[in-house]
Amino acid sequence: MIDFVRNVRSWFAPRDVRQEGTTPDYRFSLANERTFLAWLRTALALIGGGFAVDQFLPDLRWGWRVGLALALLAAGALCALRAVSHWVRCERAMRRGEDLPVSRFPVLLSLVIAVVAVAMVVAVLTGWDG
Amino acid sequence: MSGPAAVRAGRDPGLQPERTRLAWRRTTLACTVASVLAVRTTLYGGVSAPGAVLCALCCACWLGFLLVAHRRIRALSAGGAPAAPSPLHLTAAVLCTAALAVCGAVLVLEG
Repeated sequence: MIDFVRNVRSWFAPRDVRQEGTTPDYRFSLANERTFLAWLRTALALIGGGFAVDQFLPDLRWGWRVGLALALLAAGALCALRAVSHWVRCERAMRRGEDLPVSRFPVLLSLVIAVVAVAMVVAVLTGWDG
Repeated sequence: MSGPAAVRAGRDPGLQPERTRLAWRRTTLACTVASVLAVRTTLYGGVSAPGAVLCALCCACWLGFLLVAHRRIRALSAGGAPAAPSPLHLTAAVLCTAALAVCGAVLVLEG
């Protein structure tokens, strides 16, 4: 919990991160930045998917449509917040010369996406109103 | 030892700044697609007062993201070894994305 609060605080405090350790090779920093951007694109794709479910499946029952759209939007928001959290942790580890942090998030996200995909197949097969 | 021409010219042989710049461009494009879908949702089936407010908020998120991406792209095209981005800028981009998702949730629940 304390780690989490410190992590969130360093999102807004540029000096906190830069004061630790030594500056790594700029190529490693840029690779970290690209990883952050890839996660952000994943988040934006999930958010776009949420809007698409809401807009392009109008014949679906209200519950299914709203449930799927909200699940995708929530996954997108979570993914975006996690992107900056992971960037800060990687940047800090690189500056201190420690191992890069490992995370269960990719596994969790794949499971959520698999569940949403299966739910969508079921919804399209059974959830048509007419 | 004579390396490839790029190294002798003092340019990064892995084109790391260029790759990062293009990653920002791709992400801006993804944000634009998500924002267009958001604006389409707000305008679907007539414009209401809350719909117009949410539409303005989505546009503001998109503009905020564009501003962050533009500043970073300019820093990366300046040449030399670019410094790591400030966490504040990345947080701003992330908050724009999260705000878009929140607007979307409100829209989905209202519509």
